[in-house]
Amino acid sequence: MADLTTHIGSLTLKNPVMTASGTFGYGLEFADFVDLSQIGGIIVKGTTLEPRQGNAYPRMAETAQGMLNCVGLQNKGVDYFCEHIYPEVRKIDTAVLVNVSGNCPETYAECARRIAELDDIPAIELNISCPNVRQGGMAFGVTCEGAASVVKAVRAAYPKTLIVKLSPNVTSIADIARAVEAEGADAVSLINTLMGMAIDAEKRRPVLSIGTGGLSGPAVKPVALRMVWQVFEAANIPIVGLGGIMNATDAVEFLLAGASAIEIGTANFIDPAVTLKVARGIDEYLDRHGFASVRDIIGLAHH
Amino acid sequence: MRPGQFVEVRVDGSPSTFLRRPISINFVDREANELWLLVHVVGAGTRTLARLEAGAVVNVVLPLGHGFTLPEKATPRKNREAQDGNSKADGDGEVQDGGRYLLVGGGVGTAPLLYLGQELVARGGRPSFLLGGRTADDLMQLDLFRRFGDVYLTTEDGSAGERGFVTQHSLWNSVAVSEDISEGTALPAFDLICTCGPKPMMMAVARLAREKGIPCEASLENLMACGLGACLCCVEDTTDGNVCVCKEGPVFSTDKLKW
Repeated sequence: MADLTTHIGSLTLKNPVMTASGTFGYGLEFADFVDLSQIGGIIVKGTTLEPRQGNAYPRMAETAQGMLNCVGLQNKGVDYFCEHIYPEVRKIDTAVLVNVSGNCPETYAECARRIAELDDIPAIELNISCPNVRQGGMAFGVTCEGAASVVKAVRAAYPKTLIVKLSPNVTSIADIARAVEAEGADAVSLINTLMGMAIDAEKRRPVLSIGTGGLSGPAVKPVALRMVWQVFEAANIPIVGLGGIMNATDAVEFLLAGASAIEIGTANFIDPAVTLKVARGIDEYLDRHGFASVRDIIGLAHH
Repeated sequence: MRPGQFVEVRVDGSPSTFLRRPISINFVDREANELWLLVHVVGAGTRTLARLEAGAVVNVVLPLGHGFTLPEKATPRKNREAQDGNSKADGDGEVQDGGRYLLVGGGVGTAPLLYLGQELVARGGRPSFLLGGRTADDLMQLDLFRRFGDVYLTTEDGSAGERGFVTQHSLWNSVAVSEDISEGTALPAFDLICTCGPKPMMMAVARLAREKGIPCEASLENLMACGLGACLCCVEDTTDGNVCVCKEGPVFSTDKLKW
């Protein structure tokens, strides 16, 4: 039994396995399948200042070893979260983080300010990389200036651990990571979905209601792993790695590439109990190779 | 497990199939400890499932979603009137059974109606089945349906039952409109219509039900990923906004749908 605790800024996780925003609801949906308290961290779905209906159906297309989605940040808004969801999720005995989104630096900051008032939410993940909303979202995450502007505004409003979720739809993710680090981000998480699309040959139309969507699943894993590797070389803040992790071996690869923790997303749809299997599998890997702590393998492939 | 609920089946041995396949519960035989899934082959995933041999082990998440409304102790009619504040019906012995149901299915959409039929009968309900297909080959399990109630058929080519769509069946001519019901005429009426099948068919059934003043529930089959209400992919635009078909449905009162 190795030591699985890991750190993201001032946040300590009991193990490095978190759930990716938008793939695990508020955690409660999966309580029948997993002991939620054994997950390292739960990042609840994207929350915005105002309620959002999201995009029209169809929002999903299955692809080779993955899927596209264009949900579009459907959520009931931060006030609803604070009043109705927070009292439930705060009872879960693990780190519960909120993924925060917005359409301009001010709405991001205001949403973060409201979340900061919740004692049992130790960190937020700032979503500057959603490919499925017209305003905001990925628009901020694809330029250094845009990313910096949002992080600057949120940093001033949010004193706790600030993780910034990066978009892979950029030329140099290392530059974006450095830009958000310079504005005071405590950590980065990567990658959000890769922008893609599907076309129905019989109907001769795009499958998704808005045409394009975000690709996730094992298909994106090599891209995600490469980006974690590059950001580890370029920046000096902790990395949360995600993108197509289906099992413990995938997770270990991200840790070796430089991630201090990982998130599991799409795999939750295939196996609702996958998070704990991955946590156990990481433990077994560490034992098998004689590592006393998961922290010993972070970035080890670089040496 | 309630009729109208579904399962998410993991498809092993089909490399091009990534997500689980949502499939409605066709039948539950508790004595034999069996759960039946009726699989319509549409792509690689369902083709792989259809090739499974007896004794194969299948990874399934179940039961998921909310099913059709079943009669509990009171009858559906009494329930409705009680909700309307019409106390006159209370204690009135007019409809003391589990109510009359019309179950309208098209194609593989007939699948959940078999289990629904069984559960209605078990609760004192009286189901009738109106089943449609393109040809007689599409109409399956008819002998099983007949165990639980009258079966009426339509096919588009006339190879079985009446020619046409389920909504064109002559049965509808004898289904009372709402005024007839309120006047207490003896025309056969139904307390609830339950439908599952292609969306245009269900929309047409919902329209007919509305014209005749009969409540209607429809089982939707929007594309799903998680099946647990987490990914928000399978949403339907309802009077309550976008809601997950997998979690809030798949069965909805058609009054909730913007049809």
